[in-house]
Amino acid sequence: MKQKLTTLLALLLIGASFSVLASPEADRKALIKQYKQDFPGIKFENYIYGALAMNPDAKSQYDSFMDFPSYSIDLEKGKSMWETPFKNGKRFSSCFPKGGKNVAGNYPYFDNAANRVVTFENAINACLKKNGEAELKYADKEMGLLTAYARSLSDGMKVSVKVKGKGALAAYEKGKQYYETRNGQLNFSCKSCHVQNAGKFIRSDQLSMMIGQASHWPEFRGGTDVVTLQGRFNQCEKNVRAKPKDANSEEYNNLEYYLTYMSNGLPMQTPVFRK
Amino acid sequence: MAEAMKMRAQMDGDVADVKVLIKHPMDTGTMKDKKTDKLIPAHFINQVVATLNGKTVLDAQWGVGIAQNPFIGFRVKGGKPGDKIVVNAVDNLGAKFDGEVVIA
Repeated sequence: MKQKLTTLLALLLIGASFSVLASPEADRKALIKQYKQDFPGIKFENYIYGALAMNPDAKSQYDSFMDFPSYSIDLEKGKSMWETPFKNGKRFSSCFPKGGKNVAGNYPYFDNAANRVVTFENAINACLKKNGEAELKYADKEMGLLTAYARSLSDGMKVSVKVKGKGALAAYEKGKQYYETRNGQLNFSCKSCHVQNAGKFIRSDQLSMMIGQASHWPEFRGGTDVVTLQGRFNQCEKNVRAKPKDANSEEYNNLEYYLTYMSNGLPMQTPVFRK
Repeated sequence: MAEAMKMRAQMDGDVADVKVLIKHPMDTGTMKDKKTDKLIPAHFINQVVATLNGKTVLDAQWGVGIAQNPFIGFRVKGGKPGDKIVVNAVDNLGAKFDGEVVIA
């Protein structure tokens, strides 16, 4: 009898350890299921609007802004950066398949040879380096304007980040761990707000859901202030009184990898307005 | 300088809804250049005139209290699809900015 119990216990433990090592796809499905319960009125494709999807009034303000966005003047600068040839006569489009159209949704991806996550911004800088140009600073305004235009070429493409192989899974797990680790004086993790308390108010603002957060970067906050995804990580960490990591640090790249994976299947739209 | 202005006009019921975006630094003259530590001279738009088929419908005197790349939205009674809206702006250095759009 005792032996039977031990076997049963051992089996239970094995079962438990399996559920801890759930696959990324299972993580994503579980999260969608949770949000479906939390927000029965919001359709999956509307998750890209984040907190706007929960508030029709804010959404109508957003719509009227996006109708004639005031960032269109800034965006032209990004366009001219993208289209201006390098000193050797090549352009950014030479570094990307299909001239840069409908590729941004595949980023970030895991580079097995380099054993690291490669973000779209990394690819931009790799392109500059290859053509003998100076690299851009990460999470900077110039990088923001350039990627705002470059990613807009992939508007409508579905986010399709892949996690394949041991290294990729490890990076995904590290990103997930960072997302779930409490941090800063206020002792919040990303998860405490955007998974466990999504939809609730934090002061006057509603917390957006995690799915759909990564499909629309960079965004223009307040209409004119361009912010990249990793720039936003930085702001978020400052808000919880944590010491932010550097843009393009391993932690942020893994976090971006995990976060973007969770937005898989949603259409890209860049840039957008957020207040 | 037509590229400095973006315009759009649409009918909304029986009024025309006009939106204008002007590319302009709108320097107040009180800010300092961070690198040289010298004042940036004032450079702002001080007059905006909008006409509907040649008839003035809006005449605004502006000052320094308006942000960079100003956005103006206004609604014109009596506008019809096909009518032409022209916006002329002048800044304190005498530079002129013009834009025109046909109401859709």
